[in-house]
Formats: sequence, C-alpha cells, structure tokens
Amino acid sequence: MSTDAVAAIPGDTLRERIVDDLRSAIGDALVDSFVRPGDDVWVRVRTDAWRAAGLALRALGFDYFCFLSAIDWMPSPFGKGEDDPTAPTPERDDTITQGYAGGDTRMQVLARVVHPSLHVGVNVKCDVSDADPVVESWIPVFAGANWHERETHEMFGIGFAGHPDLRNMYLPSDFEGHPLRKDFPLLARIVKPWPGIVDVEPLPGGSDDEEGDAE
Amino acid sequence: MTSTESLIDRRQLSYIAAQAADARLNVELETEGMTLNIGPQHPATHGTLRIIARLDGEQVVWAEPSCGYMHRGYEKLTEVRTYPQVTALVNRIDWLGSFANEVPFILAAEKLMEIEAPPRAQWIRTILFELSRIANVSLFLGDLGVQLGAITPVFMAFRDREYVLNLIEGATGGRFHPNFDRIGGLKEDLPAGFVDETRVVMKKLRNFCDEMENLLFGNEIFQSRTRGIGVIPKDVAMQYGLSGANLRASGVDWDLRRDQTLPMAWNKVDWKVWTHPDGDSFARCWVRLQEVRESTLIVDQLLDNIPSGPVMAKVPRIIKVPEGEAWVSTENPLGEMGYYVVSKGDLGPFRTKIRSASFNNISIVPWVLKGVYVPDIITILASLYFILGDIDR
Repeated sequence: MSTDAVAAIPGDTLRERIVDDLRSAIGDALVDSFVRPGDDVWVRVRTDAWRAAGLALRALGFDYFCFLSAIDWMPSPFGKGEDDPTAPTPERDDTITQGYAGGDTRMQVLARVVHPSLHVGVNVKCDVSDADPVVESWIPVFAGANWHERETHEMFGIGFAGHPDLRNMYLPSDFEGHPLRKDFPLLARIVKPWPGIVDVEPLPGGSDDEEGDAE
Repeated sequence: MTSTESLIDRRQLSYIAAQAADARLNVELETEGMTLNIGPQHPATHGTLRIIARLDGEQVVWAEPSCGYMHRGYEKLTEVRTYPQVTALVNRIDWLGSFANEVPFILAAEKLMEIEAPPRAQWIRTILFELSRIANVSLFLGDLGVQLGAITPVFMAFRDREYVLNLIEGATGGRFHPNFDRIGGLKEDLPAGFVDETRVVMKKLRNFCDEMENLLFGNEIFQSRTRGIGVIPKDVAMQYGLSGANLRASGVDWDLRRDQTLPMAWNKVDWKVWTHPDGDSFARCWVRLQEVRESTLIVDQLLDNIPSGPVMAKVPRIIKVPEGEAWVSTENPLGEMGYYVVSKGDLGPFRTKIRSASFNNISIVPWVLKGVYVPDIITILASLYFILGDIDR
C-alpha cells in the first residue's frame, strides 16, 4: 500500500516544492536537503539561521511543533559496553559520518515541524560546533520548544541562546556530564561487566576445544 | 514568655488589626503568597509527578512540574540493544497501552529495511493497537471520577478493562507488556476463539461507555467542575505540540490514523474522528470517551474481514537494519508517539529519539495553570491525561 503511494509520486513534487519554498525564504542559509519520496523531508540550515529557518517554516504553514532534540554522530568509544574488561581495548572506527542532508560537526540539533493540513513533516538540522555548542532558542517560534531545549541541554550540553531557564529536566542539578553524548559511558555496563562476556557456558554436547573459560 | 514570642504575637495582632481596618475601609485584602507542593506521591498524578505551584490566595500565580522521578534513560539504553530487544524496553513507556508503543518502532525499522508485514499481521496489529487504546482510556475514564470525588466509575472501569486485558493476554501472553510485535510481522497468530470473544467484549465496552456517559458526563457536578476550565486555544495547542485527544478537543481535526499512509488497517474500515470546539477539560474528557466507543467499532469492523495468510514476512534470522534515518509516529492512546531512528547498518539503532505524547502534553502545564484556582489544578491535570513513564521515558 505504501509502496504504491511511493510509486504514484515519482519525484514527489509536493516535498520538493517545500524545499524550494524554504530556499526562497531563507536563501543560502539552507545548506543541504534530502527528500525521500512519499515519506519525509530533511533540510540542513546554517547555525546562525536556526531561528530564521523556524520562523520561515512557520510562515510556510508548518504550525505544529513535534519535537526538538540532537544527534551525536561520533561512534561510541565504548561500543555496546559488552567488552571483556580484562581484554585489551578493541580498536574501533572513529570516523564521524553524518546522516541525511550531511553535516560538518560532531553534533547536530534536530527538530521536526508538521504542516497540519498537508500532513507533511520537515526534519530540520543544524550543525553545532564543538568549541561553542550554542544555537538560538526556538521559544519565540514555538513556545513548546522550551522543555525540549531544556532536555537537549541536559542530555547533550548544547546551549540555547535566549532560553530563559536551562535548568535540568530529569537529573539532579549537580550532575556532571551529558548522558546522551556518545563519550558518556553507560554506567550500568561499567560497574558490572556485561554478563554475556563472563558467564559463557559451553554448549552441552558441543566441542570443548575452545577452552570454555573455567573462571 | 520569651521576648521573640511576644514580638511575633504583637506582629500578628497588628496584622489582624490592619486587616480589620482594611476591611472596614473596603480595601482589597493583602494576601500572602505561598508555595504549594503537589506530589511526587499524589493519587491524582498517576505516578510520581511533582508540581510546584506558587499561590496567591486560592489562585495559581505560577506552576511548574518537576519531572525526572521516573527517568530511565531509554534513549541511551536503545543504543546498546539490538532492534528486536528494543520492543521490550519501549513497552514500558506508556504502560497502560503497551502494545501501541511497540508498533511505531517496529514500523520505523521496517521502513528502513524496506519490508512490510503481511496483511494478516497488519490487521492483527491494528486490532491489538485499538484494544490497548481501549484498555488505556477506559482506565482514564474511571480515574477521572476519582479525581473529582466520585468513587464508583473506577470500579466500573477496572471491571470492564479486565475483559480487554484478558483478550490481550489471550493473544499475546502478556497482560501489561505483550512484547508481541516483531520486525516483519507478529510473534504468533491469533488463538482460537479470539474473534468471537472479542465481539462479546466490544459489546460490553460499548455498554460501559454508555454507562459512563450517563453517570459521569451527565452529572451536574462533573459538568460544573470541567466546563470552561483549563481552556487551551487551537494555536497554543499546536505550538506546544499537544496531540491526541488534547489537540482534537481544541478543535483541530488531526488524527494520525487517518492522515498518514502506514502499513496498518485503519484506512480499510469506516470510522470517524471526534473533535470538540471548546478546548476545556470537559471537551478533552468527552473526546476520549467518544474515542473508546469508536475504537470498539473499529475492532468490530476489522474482525469481520481479517485476511488469511501468514503473520510473518520473510526476514533474516539476524536482523541488520540498513543505514538511514526514519521517523514513524502513530496515534497512541495518549497522543502522537514517534520514534526517530538513526541506523548505521548495525544490529542495533545508533540513536533513537523517542517522541512521547505526554512530554509535550504536560509541557503546557505552566501555561494552562496560570491563574486557575487550586481545586481546578487536579481537574486540568486529570483531563490532560499523562502517564509518568511517557513523560520521563
């Protein structure tokens, strides 16, 4: 059913027109875009045009604020936290590759707004530099961005210029670190090694050639 | 008597005297501000939400929910799980309608893998989805009575919700946390006798809705405590990203079951989206009641023509999801529940943003509680309807 719908709109003129409208509204502040036909739109805007992009989208009729969050594109240095603590640290690929609509920085802010009558959403991204992780607050655009920005600040350490009160949402105020950053270890897997590593039981009837560790 | 005590005494006396003088002069009385702490343990909060309200007399000047008493960090935990393992986690977000939480995540993974569940699985998913909506919202209707001082509705709600939970347990094996949805379909087919039993239960639930409508919504006290209280206009609701019945009660004709093309069976049957123009507490409760009834009708229609065939598509034994990003949201009992899944072609998601309905729905509380009277705080919170696990995740 949905595959038919995709086939019916080969180039997806509706979603491409949205990108064009946004480009004519904010000009070259729209850095990159990606359209998956029949599904969704991704746009990436310049960091200094973050609020302007929000206002332009509202002017285009995207009145429904869905969410605001961030993505840390760095591969986790801890893997899945399933390493044997006694073994040497395995080497991991640490190249940062961004997703749809590209990017230049490790972290990106991501927000989604929806057009209430077209029922089309736009995912807006913008780069956040490591040295100065601050973007403009979206509260003047959507009042509901308040809590989402507080949550993003707490979880990723991204500041929002113009936000009245970036208090922690969930964690105690003296909590150190930003839990959803990839370099923040999942503490549950640090204090107690992953049981899948230490409790390896040899399969009954299996070959015992591989020295199923006794201790 | 020590000197400090007498000092306080004298101050109090002079205060009372000044008040009396003011009253004689017909001057508005000076009231002292106070901070009222509601929760974290309060029967009206469905869990552990704490609300700090600054009062001036009986009026709220400023109110702010304090979240985090149930933060479990599911977004971080999904990064160390494989895709099939994530459904067990997300079951516990909105624990009253668990099955509905699994569906959007599975659909997002299926979208990235470009597979689709067979029609029979889509049908059964939709039926179970609506059953979890009925189980969830019928408890809301019962609980609503308790918060307004009526104890009978909650007994009726628990009685009739039990029939629905039995159905869910019969089909999935789990009463509260089914963990039944799989990438590419469902764990098992429906058990024998499910269709007939469901028809009987749906009739009972429609009966329950009628009873509730007469008992609660027709009640004069209920009406006077909810009508015109906590009005949220359309544009404010959209700005805060309210969803579900809260948005529809503000007059926005918005239902993701109808407005999206998802591989589910909602667009195969005939049903109606209920809206209400008022945007007050009464409207929010009323829309939910109508939705339970509508859900029973959807289930009845779906039972009539469940397609035959397998319930599982062909998927590899070890599921690797190709690289990409996908957003899928569905109209859950509490509102729009969505997952933004970022995959790096691994066994598990690279990042999952869980957009839960209650987080947005409750973020409007500081706005909507401004200026209301203390007894209305509970009514407004009850009518906004949130589940703590759905706020904190």
